[in-house]
Amino acid sequence: MPDSTLVGLHHEEEHHPELLHHFADAQQQRDSASLGMWIFLSTEVMFFGGLFCAYLIYRRWYFGDFGAASKSISAALGATNTAVLICSSLTVVLAVWAAQTARRRLLIGSLVITMLLGLTFLGIKGIEYKEKFEEHHVPGASFSFDHVPIPGHPDQYANPRHAEIFFSLYFIMTGLHALHMIIGLGIFAWLLIMAWKGRFTPAYHTPIEIGGLYWHFVDIVWIYLFPLLYLIDRHP
Amino acid sequence: MSMATTTLQPVERENYLNKEYGALSWLFTTDHKRIALLYLMSITLFFFIGGFFALLIRLELLTPAGDLVQADTYNKLFTMHGMVMVFFFLIPSIPAVLGNFLVPMMIGAKDLAFPRVNLLSWYLYIIGGLMMLHCMLTGGVDTGWTFYTPFSTAFTNTKIVEAGLAIFVAGFSSILTGLNFVVTIHRMRAPGMTWSRLPLFIWAHYATSIIQILGTPVIAITIVLVAVERTLHLGIFDPKLGGDPLLFQHLFWFYSHPAVYIMILPSMGVVTEIIACFARKRIFGYSFVAFSSIAIAVFGFLVWAHHMFVAGISIYAALVFSLLSYAVAVPSAIKVFNWTATLYKGSIHYDAPMLYAFGFIGLFTVGGLTGLFLAALGIDVHVTDTYFVIAHFHYIMVGGALMGYLGGLHFWWPKISGRLYPESWARLAALIVFLGFNLTFFPQFILGYLGMPRRYFQYPQEFQVLNVLSTAGATVLGVGYLLPMMYFLWSMRYGKPAPDNPWNAAGLEWKTTSPPTTFNFEEEPIVTWEAYNYDELDAPRKEGVPIAR
Repeated sequence: MPDSTLVGLHHEEEHHPELLHHFADAQQQRDSASLGMWIFLSTEVMFFGGLFCAYLIYRRWYFGDFGAASKSISAALGATNTAVLICSSLTVVLAVWAAQTARRRLLIGSLVITMLLGLTFLGIKGIEYKEKFEEHHVPGASFSFDHVPIPGHPDQYANPRHAEIFFSLYFIMTGLHALHMIIGLGIFAWLLIMAWKGRFTPAYHTPIEIGGLYWHFVDIVWIYLFPLLYLIDRHP
Repeated sequence: MSMATTTLQPVERENYLNKEYGALSWLFTTDHKRIALLYLMSITLFFFIGGFFALLIRLELLTPAGDLVQADTYNKLFTMHGMVMVFFFLIPSIPAVLGNFLVPMMIGAKDLAFPRVNLLSWYLYIIGGLMMLHCMLTGGVDTGWTFYTPFSTAFTNTKIVEAGLAIFVAGFSSILTGLNFVVTIHRMRAPGMTWSRLPLFIWAHYATSIIQILGTPVIAITIVLVAVERTLHLGIFDPKLGGDPLLFQHLFWFYSHPAVYIMILPSMGVVTEIIACFARKRIFGYSFVAFSSIAIAVFGFLVWAHHMFVAGISIYAALVFSLLSYAVAVPSAIKVFNWTATLYKGSIHYDAPMLYAFGFIGLFTVGGLTGLFLAALGIDVHVTDTYFVIAHFHYIMVGGALMGYLGGLHFWWPKISGRLYPESWARLAALIVFLGFNLTFFPQFILGYLGMPRRYFQYPQEFQVLNVLSTAGATVLGVGYLLPMMYFLWSMRYGKPAPDNPWNAAGLEWKTTSPPTTFNFEEEPIVTWEAYNYDELDAPRKEGVPIAR
């Protein structure tokens, strides 16, 4: 095979320890990974899309009940969490930039802060869940939402059954979001170890980029969840 | 065309099958061709499990009385038949076996873009499959494969959650396959392999992958909601608790209608390859056939509520969904007409793959046209939930998807196994499948039109003749499915070694060895020709032959 030496040379030229055998060059590998993550995120959009669809239908059906139920959640905790996540998106972008420009300490610092912000988010979420549990707002046998007036209609009480649907959706949506957050923390822990070992260089930092894409997606889901679940009936 | 034969080679060239031996070399392989074979073995197992349920259903329906099994058992039989066949056989069938094997080779790539994800998808399929097997062995599910609420969430005491999670996990496997194909087709094409030179098999798989990517997550979240509602007694889909059962049906069919196109589109891709090869012609209207696949994928997402015409949706919604359902017929008809136009004045060879392709065109046309009956608001009311519906979707899923799968398996078997299958047995099996299929399912159109409802284990005396015909057909069909399995296995040991291109077919997969090496090609191919250049392939042969006018 006279061509095999040529092929070998070609590969040596472009060789990078992270380049997998079936890609022609690093550019193709990077593009594939990035496209793969975008497509994966589109599946996530459809996954959450089913929930948003359910939410919109019941919000329209049980308008006042949803308002009353939404008002019982702490908007302050939700707003804090929104701020926490937006900050974490900033640190993710910093991490990507640090990897591109070979700033290893900044990279490690940004990854650590991102994870700390993620943990803060989950902690605040835990406090919120605890409040709901104590108020018997967790759907199930001990659920109660009696004699809660509908906002704007002080003479009407919300239907507990319908409020229960709100809380069902609230727990499923925020619960799945939190699960994605936990998976994100796992991914970032792995990125941190890789960064610690100095595996990322300006020539190879695809995992940071696609891990960052995932993190941003989880943030964006929250950006939609926050107003729909916390802010729908907060007018003075 | 008779199959070309070569003399037995004493020393086999190194290929993907003999490069490594041992169970671990298979279980940890990232070679798309080996993963395709892993899928082939696993889905064949589930095909025969699903077929076993079908056999019991047909035996029960041999007599009008419910005498073979109890009513509850019968409910479980048709449910498990549907779930196994849909989620564990038809959805992965062509994409995960033939697609996995061929997509990288047809575009001149060494592997799929994400080989490890590809292996992960097989493991997810196996985990889902084992969960489904466990669910079956410990009692099964009796809701029908559609899981309709609130029966599934508040009433039945069968294993809904376990079956749902099995499908959830298998769904992930399907998503990962689709994701891998899209990235591979976008990023891994060999130099010169432009979009307009792609085999139409690739276009069909691209369209399929779009549906897998965008549809499957919706069934996943639906299953999550059903499981949570059932476990925690929530009221998301339960009208007694303020929920909306129609919402469940919308979410369910948003995936499950496009899922039909996950089954049929790859089959259309297979048939396109076969027809071009055995008519020795370029496919008529390449770009129309290519974009009709995309159109089917897009329209397929807009027609789901035609499953709900009698469920209580608004008449205006029903009108729109009926109209859109008719729209799907346009790209489907484009394909059928273009295949027919390709055959016109072709040099047609009646080898086994072509027999399956012919079978596909006929059965798909019947299935598609009866789909139009069902999309018509008036007729649908009459035949909803009757055997007419059963016959219709079996013509698409079995007559269409399965014929394409078998045709493709025969067509590419020399490439996959490196051996030739026995051609005369294969032609016989193709005929048996075609006759058995029609005998099984055509009577069901009549039964349904006369009013026999689906999912009943007893029926009035007057329906017996047609039911006996159907059961007789099912046994013939069963023979037709067992035959290929036997001679494929036989050929792996005793078949003649296959030359690299036994059909003299176009396409990059035929330009490498049979079976291919691990990285598919000795050198990276550079494509300078259009797809289906059969006129160029056959040109030397035609010289000196007078052109008949």
